[in-house]
Amino acid sequence: MFGKLSWSAIPIDQPIPMITSGVVALVILSVLAWVVLAGHLPYLWREWITSVDHKRIGVMYTLLALVMLLRGFADALMMRGQQAVAFQAQGYLPPEHYNQIFSAHGTIMIFFVAMPFVIGLMNLVVPLQLGVRDVAFPTLNSVGFWLTATGALLVNISLVVGEFARTGWLPYPPLSELTYSPGVGVDYYLWSLQISGIGTLVAGINLVTTVLKLRTKGMNYLRMPMFCWTTLASNLLIVAAFPILTATLAMLILDRYFGFHFFTNEAGGNVMMFMNLIWAWGHPEVYILVLPAFGIFSEVVSTFSGKPLFGYRSMVLATMAICVISFMVWLHHFFTMGAGPNVNAIFGIASMIIAVPTGVKIYNWLFTMYLGRVRFTTPMLWAIGFMVTFLIGGLTGVLVAVPPADFLLHNSLFLVAHFHNVIIGGVLFGAFAGYTYWFSKAFGFRLHEGLGKAAFWCWLIGFYVAFMPLYAVGLLGMTRRMQHYDVPEWRPWLLVAAVGALIIFAGIVFQILQLVVSIRHRVELRDRTGDPWDGRSLEWATASPPPVFNFAVTPVVSGADAYWAMKVRARRDGASDQSPDYKDIEMPRNSPTGFVCAFFATVMGFALIWHIWWMVAAGMVGAFATFVVFAWRDHDEYVIPAADVARIDQVNVDARRALMSGAV
Amino acid sequence: MNILDPQGPIAAAERTILVDSVAIMLAIILPTIAAILGFAYWYRSSNPRAQYQPEWAYSGRVEMVVWAIPALTIILLGGVAWIGAHQLDPARPVEGTGPPLRIQVVSLDWKWLFIYPDQRVASLNALTVPVGSPLQFELTSSSVMNAFFIPQLGSMIYTMNGMVTHLQLRADNEGTFQGLSAHFSGDGFPGMMFDVHVVSQIAFTDWVAQAAKSSQALNADSYGKLARQSVGDAKLTFRLDDPLLFHAVASQHIPAAPGPSLDQQAEVSPRSH
Repeated sequence: MFGKLSWSAIPIDQPIPMITSGVVALVILSVLAWVVLAGHLPYLWREWITSVDHKRIGVMYTLLALVMLLRGFADALMMRGQQAVAFQAQGYLPPEHYNQIFSAHGTIMIFFVAMPFVIGLMNLVVPLQLGVRDVAFPTLNSVGFWLTATGALLVNISLVVGEFARTGWLPYPPLSELTYSPGVGVDYYLWSLQISGIGTLVAGINLVTTVLKLRTKGMNYLRMPMFCWTTLASNLLIVAAFPILTATLAMLILDRYFGFHFFTNEAGGNVMMFMNLIWAWGHPEVYILVLPAFGIFSEVVSTFSGKPLFGYRSMVLATMAICVISFMVWLHHFFTMGAGPNVNAIFGIASMIIAVPTGVKIYNWLFTMYLGRVRFTTPMLWAIGFMVTFLIGGLTGVLVAVPPADFLLHNSLFLVAHFHNVIIGGVLFGAFAGYTYWFSKAFGFRLHEGLGKAAFWCWLIGFYVAFMPLYAVGLLGMTRRMQHYDVPEWRPWLLVAAVGALIIFAGIVFQILQLVVSIRHRVELRDRTGDPWDGRSLEWATASPPPVFNFAVTPVVSGADAYWAMKVRARRDGASDQSPDYKDIEMPRNSPTGFVCAFFATVMGFALIWHIWWMVAAGMVGAFATFVVFAWRDHDEYVIPAADVARIDQVNVDARRALMSGAV
Repeated sequence: MNILDPQGPIAAAERTILVDSVAIMLAIILPTIAAILGFAYWYRSSNPRAQYQPEWAYSGRVEMVVWAIPALTIILLGGVAWIGAHQLDPARPVEGTGPPLRIQVVSLDWKWLFIYPDQRVASLNALTVPVGSPLQFELTSSSVMNAFFIPQLGSMIYTMNGMVTHLQLRADNEGTFQGLSAHFSGDGFPGMMFDVHVVSQIAFTDWVAQAAKSSQALNADSYGKLARQSVGDAKLTFRLDDPLLFHAVASQHIPAAPGPSLDQQAEVSPRSH
C-alpha cells in the first residue's frame, strides 16, 4: 500500500532532525493558523497564490530563496561546527548525517537559493525595464514558480521522512547507484531536481520570449538596460542547458528504478559519461547564476555613479561571449580523470578565455565610477565589495584552470574556497544588491539603510574570515567532504573558518532585523515618487509598487537609459500638463493552475521516491487534468477600463510632477 | 602535507606553475583592486574637488586597454597551461636514478591496496617506495570512484572501476608523507588516508623481503574479503599469490565489490539502525 514507506523512515532516535523539523513544523503551523484565523486566506489565495502577475511571482521566488537560504546556511554552520571539533575525534555528526548535510547544503544553495533569487529578481524587474505590462506567458510563469517550490518542499521533507542523498550535490555514480546507495536519499535528490528543473526550464523559456518579443516601442536591443541583456543570456543558457540536466538525471533514474546500465559498474555502464553530461549542464549553470548578478551590478554601479554604464556595447559583447564560451569548458571539472594533455590543455585555455570578457566587465564598472558621483548606498556597497572579492575569486579560478595546478588543487578546500568566493562574492552579493535596490519598487517602501550596511559589513568580513582559511588549508592538502581528520596543521584554519561562519550569521541576523524594522517603519520609509535612487531605467518611471498593469501608458523609448532621458527632457522643457491618453487595458486573469499542478507534482514526486505506485498514478492524472482544464478555459483576460487606469495613475502623475518641481 | 613543500620533481614543477600563475595574475589584480577602491573613494559624491562628467560613457582608447589587459594575461597563462599540461601529464614517464618501480593501486571501500607485481608483494593502507626511482602507478577501483593523491609528491588521479588510469611520480627525499583519497566515496571516506614511506633503495629491498615472508597471501579470495566495506583497517603486508590480480580487477573478471551488506539494504533509511 505505501511502498517502501514505513514508520522506520522517521528518525525518532536522531535529535537534530527531529528537533529541527519539530520547530519548523511549529512555525509553519502557527503561520498557517494565523493566516486562517485572521481571515487572510482569501486574500492570500486571490492576490498571491493564484497570481500570474510577474511582480508577485518575482516576490514569491525571492521569498522562497530567502527562506531556503536560512536552511542552507544552517547546514553550513553545522558543517563548520563539525570540522571545528572533529579533530582526531568523530565530532557530533556521524558520517551518514554529515554526508547528507553537505549534499543538502550544495543542492539547496544552488537550486533553491541562488536560482530562485536571480529568477525572482529577473521576473520582478525585466518587464518593468522593458516597459511592458507582463511576461510572455504569465500562467506558465506561475507554474514554473510553484514547481520550484515543490522541489524545495521535497528536499525538506527528506529531513523528517527518510533521508537525503549522501553523495554530494552532484550524485556521481557508481556511488549514487542502487548498489552503493540503496536508501531513498538519492531518489529525493533526483525527483526534487526533475520537478524543479521543469519549473526552471519554463521560467527560462518565458523570460527569453519576453526579452525577444515584448519590448516597448523604441526599446531596440541596444537600448535595453544591461540587466535585460544578462537576463537574455542567462535564460538562453537555461533553455540550452537544463534539458541536459533533466536527461542525465533521467538516465540515473532509469538505472535506479528499472535496472538500466547507463552509469553502473556492470554491463558497460560508464561513470565518465555521467561526469561529462552533468558538467555540460553544470558549468553553464554557474553562468546562469552569475550573469544576472553582473546585470544587477551594472544597474547599481551606473545609478549610484550618476552616469551611464561605461562601454555599453562592449558589455553586451562580453555578456554574449560568456554565454557562448561557457558551454565549451565543462571538462575543467575533471582534469584529474586522465584524459590526456591535449584535451586538458584545450579545455584549460578555453576556461581562461572566459576570464577576458569577465575582466572587461570589471574594468567597465571601474570606468563607470570614473568621473562619476558615487553614492555609498547599501546596493553600491555590495557592488564594490563584489568587485574586489570577485577579482580574488577570478584569480583562483584561472589558477585551477591551469591543469598542472589543478592536479594539486582539485577537490581540495582551495577549490571549495574558490567557488564560494565567486558564488557568494558574485551571485549572492549581486542578489542582495538587487534585493535592496528593488525592494522599494516591489513594496513601496525602502529597506533600512543602517541595518543594511551592518549586514553588508558582516557578510563581507565574515566571508573573508570564513573562506581565506579554506584556501590555506587547501594548500595544506585538505580535501573536501571530510567528516573527521587527524592532521594537526589543518585544525587552526578550520577553527578560524568557523568563526567566519558566525560573522556571516551575524550578517543574516542583521538582514532579518532590517526586514522587520523596515516593515515596522514603512510609513517613514515610504517611497512616494517611485524613483527613490534617482534611477535611469524604466522601472523607476512607474509608481512603487507599480499598478498591476505596470504602466498606465506604455512608454516610448528613444535612447539608452530611457527614464534618465525622460527626466532630463522634463527638467529642460518643464513637465507637460497634458493628460495622457488612457486606454482600456487587458490583463491576464489569475489562475490556480500553477498551484494545483504543483500540488499534484508534490504528491507524485513523494510517491515516486517511496515507490507508492497508485499515488504516482493519482498525482500524474491530477496534474494532467489540471493542465487540460486550463487549456480549455474560455476567458483568459479581463479588462481594466480607461477611467480606472486614469484614476490609479493620477497619484503617480502628481507625485512625479512634485518630484520634478522639487528637483528644478 | 603542504603542497608548497614538494618532495619530488612533479610536485615541485606543479608548485612552480602554481606560484608563477598567482604572481602573474596578482600583477594585474592588485592595481585593479587599488583602482576600484581609489576611484570609488575619490569620486564619492561628497568630494567637491572630483570632476563630474555625467555623460562620459565611451572611450575607444580605454576600451582597447581594458580588452587588451585581460587578453594578454590570458595569452601568457594559456601558454603556461599548454606547456604545463603536456610536460606534467600524469602518464608521462619520469626520469629517475634507480630502476623504475611498477605499483598497482586499487581503491577499496574504504582503504587502499598497493600491489607490487614485480616484487610479488602487496600492502594495505601504507605505501613504501624507494627514493629516487621512477614510480609507475596503474590505478583502478574495486567499486566507487576515488582519487589517489599524495600532496607532496604531486598530481592526483581518479580511480574508476573497470578502467585503468596512469600516474608517474618520483620521491626525492626519504621520510614519511601522507596520502589520501581526494574524491568523496561514501561513509568511510575520511578514513582513506594512508602513509607513504619513502626509504633508501636498500631499505626498500629489505621491506620487500620482509613482505614476501608475510603469513598473509593476496589472491582472489583474500581480495574478495578486503573489498567488502570496512573502516579503520590495520596496515597490512601480503605476499602476492596472483601477479595478475590487478588485471582481473581492472578488467572486471573479478566483479565490482558489493555495497552496504544485505541486511542494511533491506532497511529504508540507513541512518535508522
